[in-house]
Amino acid sequence: MDWFLSNLDFIWLHTRLHLVQAIVPLVLGVLAAVPLAQLARLNPVVGSVLLTGSSILYTIPSLAMFVFLPVVLGTRVIDPVNVIVALSVYAFSLLVRSTLDALDSIDDGVRQAAVAMGYTPVRRFLTVDLPLSLPVLFAGLRVVSVTNISLVSVGALIGVPSLGTLFTDGLFRSFPTEIAVGIAIILLLALVLDLLLVLVERLLTPWTRSAGGGRPGSVVALEAKVAGA
Amino acid sequence: MTHAEQASGRPMIEFRDVTKTYDGGRPAVDGLSMEIDRGRITVFVGPSGCGKTTSLRMINRMVEPTSGQILLDGQDVSRQKAAELRRSMGYVMQSSGLLPHRSVLDNIATVPRLNGVPKTEARRRAQELLDVVGLASELGRRYPGQLSGGQQQRVGVARALAADPPVLLMDEPFSAVDPVVRAELQEELLRLQRDLAKTIVFVTHDIDEATILGDRVAVFAVGGRLAQYAAPEEILRAPVDDFVAGFVGRDRGFRHLSFQEGDGVAIHPVETIDAESLADPTVSVRSPWTLLVDAEGRPHGWIPQATRGNITRQAQAVPGGSLYTRGDSLRRALDAALSSPSGLGVAVDDDGRAVGVVRAAEVFELIEAARLDRGRAQHDTAV
Repeated sequence: MDWFLSNLDFIWLHTRLHLVQAIVPLVLGVLAAVPLAQLARLNPVVGSVLLTGSSILYTIPSLAMFVFLPVVLGTRVIDPVNVIVALSVYAFSLLVRSTLDALDSIDDGVRQAAVAMGYTPVRRFLTVDLPLSLPVLFAGLRVVSVTNISLVSVGALIGVPSLGTLFTDGLFRSFPTEIAVGIAIILLLALVLDLLLVLVERLLTPWTRSAGGGRPGSVVALEAKVAGA
Repeated sequence: MTHAEQASGRPMIEFRDVTKTYDGGRPAVDGLSMEIDRGRITVFVGPSGCGKTTSLRMINRMVEPTSGQILLDGQDVSRQKAAELRRSMGYVMQSSGLLPHRSVLDNIATVPRLNGVPKTEARRRAQELLDVVGLASELGRRYPGQLSGGQQQRVGVARALAADPPVLLMDEPFSAVDPVVRAELQEELLRLQRDLAKTIVFVTHDIDEATILGDRVAVFAVGGRLAQYAAPEEILRAPVDDFVAGFVGRDRGFRHLSFQEGDGVAIHPVETIDAESLADPTVSVRSPWTLLVDAEGRPHGWIPQATRGNITRQAQAVPGGSLYTRGDSLRRALDAALSSPSGLGVAVDDDGRAVGVVRAAEVFELIEAARLDRGRAQHDTAV
């Protein structure tokens, strides 16, 4: 506790660095996954390339990615950009799959109705498909946010500062308190971020909570599938 | 002839030799040519896979024909922008197809909003439409998931009417609701149509629904062939081939009676008794069956003479059959007689008060007389 209180500045700095490296990839991953998933739905060839490609990307070990990226990007090894890019790739490959599931979860009758009403394709995607895919999409986002929070710490192994630095430092100095504090804060961050996502989802999808307007069984099943992935 | 007269003489929708084939298979719609009357209800009816829904969806280009032309008010629909064309027609589908993430009001306001009408104005109009389709105004704030199936279908109809389109396309809109609600919705649609006079194309697989709603009925056969296109009365009376005869079914003779007015049916007086007299053992009755009525004269069942002496409670009356309102069709008159335990169909006035009874045998005489009349008329035209 003494160590914690006397190192607040150090811990706060690394917490912020950690958060940036976890959240920026989450945002970038969504921004890339949503339009590409829609493209994949419209074009089966794009779809199969995208799904295979993202599965392959996801199998690359994170440490290898952190070491390899500076070569490709021309960045310094300890640049946080490496971690951000690597985690964006992971986030993207997970989210492409769950965005596809999310878009598939929409009742075809609703889509047909939107077409019959005279929606243009782009407007339909933005104002009908996208909002209706949010429940499933958020299930994917929650998985990725937790994954990111834990993966960021791996970057500390190659010297990128984050809460993982508390692990490497604590290990180096044989000082378990520091490691324990790092674990506690990472758990806390994962929890807070998850709660935040739940809150945002509730705000964005008021219709899912209306009496009798519960989520369709397919959405619940898909959420379970995504969460288990 | 003025321009307006020309417009009203022209069919609202016209199919010209339209064929739709999916991926080299057998045609879903085969060489369809037909004209759809302005301001009338035209029903496409047929078994599954007869191409009725495909035909409907070609009108607003949700399905593109393989060959042929579809004209809307004289204009080829394929030359119009699909999204704009669709906004110019109301569309009601089977599973209401309401957007689950929008309130009922916003659902109704969909098409005006797509057309760029400001939100407040579109919502105000939507609020009015709730009333038009018989829904309470506080339902407007709810989400579709909070409504019953019948209410959702009403919202679907309101949404289709929101931009006041001249054409309504209705794709089996009432087939997913229970029979009681369906009958209500059918009646409601006919009531609306009397005020609105839209050109309605209505798809159903139910021949009863087709004959109730249609000014004209198009019977489609499997393979996308238009088997018969005529007034419902004619389809029931004179099916053009075995397919149509088979499709309109065994009851078609009975159903056809819906189109014969029952004005000529004689209404005979009937002995009635109210609950009070029933309880009084000194009151005697002469008829084998006495009609039990309430204070307003509305029928509540029949009292058989044999057991009357012991009956002191209304609940022991034998439940009555269907009621025949004066002026209804022969079908209603006959059904009232056939469904009544006494064999006498109870006739009521518009307020539901019993005015007398009709007899099945007399209904048959009228049917026979009408048939002879028709035979003579056909003979005359032939000569």
